[in-house]
Amino acid sequence: MGDSRGLNELTEVVRREGGRVLATLTRHLGSLDLAEDAVQDAVVKALEKWPTIGTPDNPAAWLTTTAKNAALDRIRRESRRRPKEELTMPPGTSWSDESLVADDLLRLLFTCCHPTLNREAQAALALRTLCGLTTAEIAAAFLVPEPTMAQRIVRAKRKIAGAGIPYRVPPDEDLPHRVEGVLTTIYLLFTEAHHSSTQPTAYRVDLADEAIYLGRTLHELLPDNNAVAGLLALMLATHARRQARVDEAGDLVLLADQDRTRWDRDAIGEADRILNNSLAGSLPHPYQLQAAIACVHGLSPSYRETDWQEIRLLYDRLIELQPTAVVAVNRAVAVAEDQGPAAGLAELERVHGVDKWHLYHSARAELLARLGLEEQARRSYRTALACEPGPADRRFIERRLERL
Amino acid sequence: MPKYAALIYGEQVPDGEWEPDPDQMAAVMAEYNEFGEWAGNRILAGEALHGPETATTVRVEGGKGGELVTSDGPFAETKEVLGGFYIYEASDLDDAIKTAARIPGAWEPGGKIEVRPVWEIPGA
Repeated sequence: MGDSRGLNELTEVVRREGGRVLATLTRHLGSLDLAEDAVQDAVVKALEKWPTIGTPDNPAAWLTTTAKNAALDRIRRESRRRPKEELTMPPGTSWSDESLVADDLLRLLFTCCHPTLNREAQAALALRTLCGLTTAEIAAAFLVPEPTMAQRIVRAKRKIAGAGIPYRVPPDEDLPHRVEGVLTTIYLLFTEAHHSSTQPTAYRVDLADEAIYLGRTLHELLPDNNAVAGLLALMLATHARRQARVDEAGDLVLLADQDRTRWDRDAIGEADRILNNSLAGSLPHPYQLQAAIACVHGLSPSYRETDWQEIRLLYDRLIELQPTAVVAVNRAVAVAEDQGPAAGLAELERVHGVDKWHLYHSARAELLARLGLEEQARRSYRTALACEPGPADRRFIERRLERL
Repeated sequence: MPKYAALIYGEQVPDGEWEPDPDQMAAVMAEYNEFGEWAGNRILAGEALHGPETATTVRVEGGKGGELVTSDGPFAETKEVLGGFYIYEASDLDDAIKTAARIPGAWEPGGKIEVRPVWEIPGA
């Protein structure tokens, strides 16, 4: 009993504090690999010792000190074997300076999400180092075989060490651009979670939770960054609706038909607060606008009472900053709700380059049906099906087609 | 200080079509000189190479001291052609990329730079 509680406690500490411990060690050792090995050693020690000595008051500090000693042991062993190798600890550096730890985490995040690494590798490294997930868990979350994921991580770490990717927070002039890169990776993790949410596997790390955790961490570290606040609010407000988004059969439920009592009000409230605190003066970032749209939905008591004019205005501003087909189609749907299906349809007709996108055709079919143009609606749904949507979207479109 | 190689690639020019326009050549050379002055003594080596039509591929078959086999042309058929290189010092990959981005080959039509860390083999 006590043992399993101890084990759970340790797992939790490693999951949530491991990133900080690893980040600090990496700075001191100058090597992510060596730091990872040392943290592993410390976790093994903790498994041995904590059941007898009890969980330390400050488990992260205990792990850091133990990992540091483990690293020193490794360095001594290594240097005995290869005496000429330069593997020395920088002398006189403090190990427990809390203000440094925050910077260490940022350094680790910026290193893992360096733009010269491909996005999948960035995401995998961030999950492993900052979220404390195992390679097996990451592989399962991305639905790839474990050796493939292991290979991807090894290759990325080799590039970090071999190519000299720096372990530091980028200089001010590079920071906005680099933060964008980190946010894109976090958002990809979040959307990946939603794409695969309809195919639950036996044990599955929730990538959305991990993405939110990373967003929260980054928001704590860079509290004044609008883009970071915007993305965190967007993820929270979107994730808050997850219980209502899919029915018992695993089918998608339209926003209009969702049971709003199943929405997580606290998360929506938190998203709204974070967003409002970040909206001071300056031109909003696209993530902030998307978060604002999600919050208007989230705070609306029913679909019918949604402030569609506000949503349309937010889309008007978003499309100026992000003139993409996806935004244009979503905006057209908002226009339809605000000004009627004919106006929405007119907007849809103006969007180009979406011939192969099933959601465009199903949105179009929806509006055609509302206008009573059933034959055209049917044709549009069939075009949507011909675009080979994923299983959940396919079932959804088929059901709409049947109901016509 | 870590060393990096900047491998400067350009587009393959079809046989016999390359007649350098003297003005254009002078302009490109001026740009390279400008880069050389800016980078200064961080550049450890750098050369331009003749085209792949001048290349000979060398291989020794059957191990050391074996039979020398040469063939005409470059080892790999590619549309992108190695036109020259620099070996230079940079504090890290970010710094190396910033330097490479100032090499004229980076913005010439079809041009691109491959940045590779120099492998400092211990004891070599």
